[in-house]
Amino acid sequence: MRNLVTASLLTVAMGLPAAAQDSGGRLDIVLQPEPPSLMLGMVQNAPTQLVAGDIFESLLRYDTDLNPQPSLAKSWEISEDALTYTFKLHEDVKWHDGEPFTSADVVFAVDKLLRETNPRLRVSLEHVESITAPDDHTVVFQLKNPFGPFIGVFEAGTMPILPKHIYEGTDYLNNPANNTPIGTGPYKFNEWEKGNYIHLVKNEDYYLDDQPYLDEVYYRIIPDAASRAVAFENGEVDVLPGGSVENWDVKRLVEMDGVCSTGKGWEYFAPHAMAWMNNREGPTADKNFRKAVMYAMDREFVRDVIWNGFGKVATSPVSSKTNFYTDDTIMYDHNAEKAEEMLAASGYDGEEVRILPLPYGETWQRWAEAMKQNLDEVGINSTVVATDVAGWNQKQSDWDFDIAFTYLYQYGDPALGVSRSYLSSNIEKGSPWNNVAGYVNEEVDAMFDEAAVAATPEARQELYTKIQQQLVDDVPVAWLLEIEFPTIYRCEVKDLVTTAIGVNDGLRDAWIEQ
Amino acid sequence: MMDFLKRFSRNRGAVIGALILITVILLAVFAPLIYPDSPWKMVQRPFLPPFSTEGFPLGTDTLGRDVAAGLVHGARVSLIVGLVSTLVALLIGVPLGAFAGFYGGLIDDGAMRFTEFFQTIPNFALAIVLVAILEPTLPTITLAIAIVSWPPVARLVRAEVLSLRKREFVDAARLAGLSNSRILFGHVLPNAMSPIIVMASLMVATAILLESSLSFLGLGDPNIMSWGYMIGAARTVIRSAWWLSFIPGVAILLTVLALNLIGEGLNDALNPRLARKGR
Repeated sequence: MRNLVTASLLTVAMGLPAAAQDSGGRLDIVLQPEPPSLMLGMVQNAPTQLVAGDIFESLLRYDTDLNPQPSLAKSWEISEDALTYTFKLHEDVKWHDGEPFTSADVVFAVDKLLRETNPRLRVSLEHVESITAPDDHTVVFQLKNPFGPFIGVFEAGTMPILPKHIYEGTDYLNNPANNTPIGTGPYKFNEWEKGNYIHLVKNEDYYLDDQPYLDEVYYRIIPDAASRAVAFENGEVDVLPGGSVENWDVKRLVEMDGVCSTGKGWEYFAPHAMAWMNNREGPTADKNFRKAVMYAMDREFVRDVIWNGFGKVATSPVSSKTNFYTDDTIMYDHNAEKAEEMLAASGYDGEEVRILPLPYGETWQRWAEAMKQNLDEVGINSTVVATDVAGWNQKQSDWDFDIAFTYLYQYGDPALGVSRSYLSSNIEKGSPWNNVAGYVNEEVDAMFDEAAVAATPEARQELYTKIQQQLVDDVPVAWLLEIEFPTIYRCEVKDLVTTAIGVNDGLRDAWIEQ
Repeated sequence: MMDFLKRFSRNRGAVIGALILITVILLAVFAPLIYPDSPWKMVQRPFLPPFSTEGFPLGTDTLGRDVAAGLVHGARVSLIVGLVSTLVALLIGVPLGAFAGFYGGLIDDGAMRFTEFFQTIPNFALAIVLVAILEPTLPTITLAIAIVSWPPVARLVRAEVLSLRKREFVDAARLAGLSNSRILFGHVLPNAMSPIIVMASLMVATAILLESSLSFLGLGDPNIMSWGYMIGAARTVIRSAWWLSFIPGVAILLTVLALNLIGEGLNDALNPRLARKGR
């Protein structure tokens, strides 16, 4: 039996110490690279979400354990058959242009606009029978079948609620309002000086008392990684979101006085670094050879040296931050002897193994060098292929690799971000984002399909545990690291990272100690 | 020969250059004996400064690889690329320039327009394009450097041959009934050798610099430890570990300087009449 899930506005009040926050102040945040647009739901770039996550909101937010929290919805209920999701909306919410926000906006934004503009949400909406608004402050999602991950899609980047009165009946992608976004969020768009900064100001009419706390926010566009680090050192910017400086600079910056850092705020995306191993041909087609690779790699060394101790060695296709992770699987430690044993069992004949690095800068290049060295030491004859971004895309799309580095987001649920890499129905030339390794296992296919629509979390956990055990034994890909991109900020800035998407929607609660 | 050595050793800079180069060559030749392990091997804690740990005189790099091992193995790469690419450039440039200068007329025009075509494109830009198209491996990098380096050789050889072919000994050879090719290769070119040798020594230096620059930009062979790669990989940590870029930088500086000094010494030794007065 499943209990009704309810949450109330009280959670917010209880979660934060009352009246301890100082109001006022300006925050400068690095933005890298400059986003093409701020229209969440129409463009999916990470920098878009960094800025627009404070302009637009969705029905829910997620804490760092991925538990749903109130946002535009102050409470919600899931029926016992897991088919009806009922959301109660805040009643005094206004759009930034003063129009009242109602359930009609939600129905329009999700059913009409986002269904057309956001392919990632569209996949989840296939399980939805109808979206209705019984009254101005209630929205009901009726599902065709139970779909466990559904509670995880009400996130601002996946399902931003956009204003009906501006978009209805227009060409969404070319609406002139896209340049001056109108949302319900804690900050309003003020100015975008291209190549320089994006300026947001406090939303005085925000529906939560006293919030937001900051007066204004500048997103500063600084194209060069070294200059970004210097800008932070000079005090020109207060926040370096994850990934905005080279890893080697992170260490130096966090050792400065008055500088704090956190690896939290990536739980929803849970970037999972892995290396595709070509399951079709070459030495990597052999399961024992792939196991040899797993045992040969010193992933802890990579975490400690290349990633400065940030992150966690990945033990399964599912990140330990994602729901339904299990550690009840084979564990591959760094063990050269076992690697050599497995290599002997695979009948490896010294054929050259090509490693395709991820061309995203020095960190990844060093990582490929370290892997090559690890493989060489157990007797695998490997070379690192030189590549650029286009070449990397091309080689993976054409399956022209033996081992290829990549990292993928998990979106909180295996059905949203994990199964896509292992389903045999998802093998298709031409994309580096599907089952690139070419892993085929009908049993796993069936379990993934079943798990996505299983009615209860317990049933899903059981299936996902079996899936993980099977996959970890088959090692279709080499799981490397659960990456954490540390957010670096001045310690006066408080409550900056409180959700599973971190700085992306963190400014609602953030404040500066005066 | 003794005469040549005497004149060469009169130039003190050249002798120092020769000593440095011999040291580098010895290191390169005996690299597998001095550091039998791969220079990519991660052997100690990363970021050890020089002279801080026994056995690692130059410290370790970002992944804990021995900098000294990298330096010694990198010398092999730099020297091989420098020598082979110069040799290839000479093989292209010398015959082209010689034919152009010796036969003149349409052959000269054609050859020189072709040379100018290459000269109008900046060396380094062309090298980057070639390496990017061909995929960076040691042979393609060497080839790319050779392709951008031969035009000056062709022009020099042409000028030399142009002036030599009017000399009396050429007329004499012609009267003796020698064929054109015997005159060119047997009599004209040998007399043009000394400027070519001087130029070649400088070309080796330029080639080493070019290879380093390409590696620095990440266009090196990713499986080969070279000095340029070491600097390129260390540039992101230059604030916290300056020695990682400094040490291979000094190695490049010394080697290139040595080759330049030797070039000058060779010039003095091979063209005694041009030797600067007042020394």
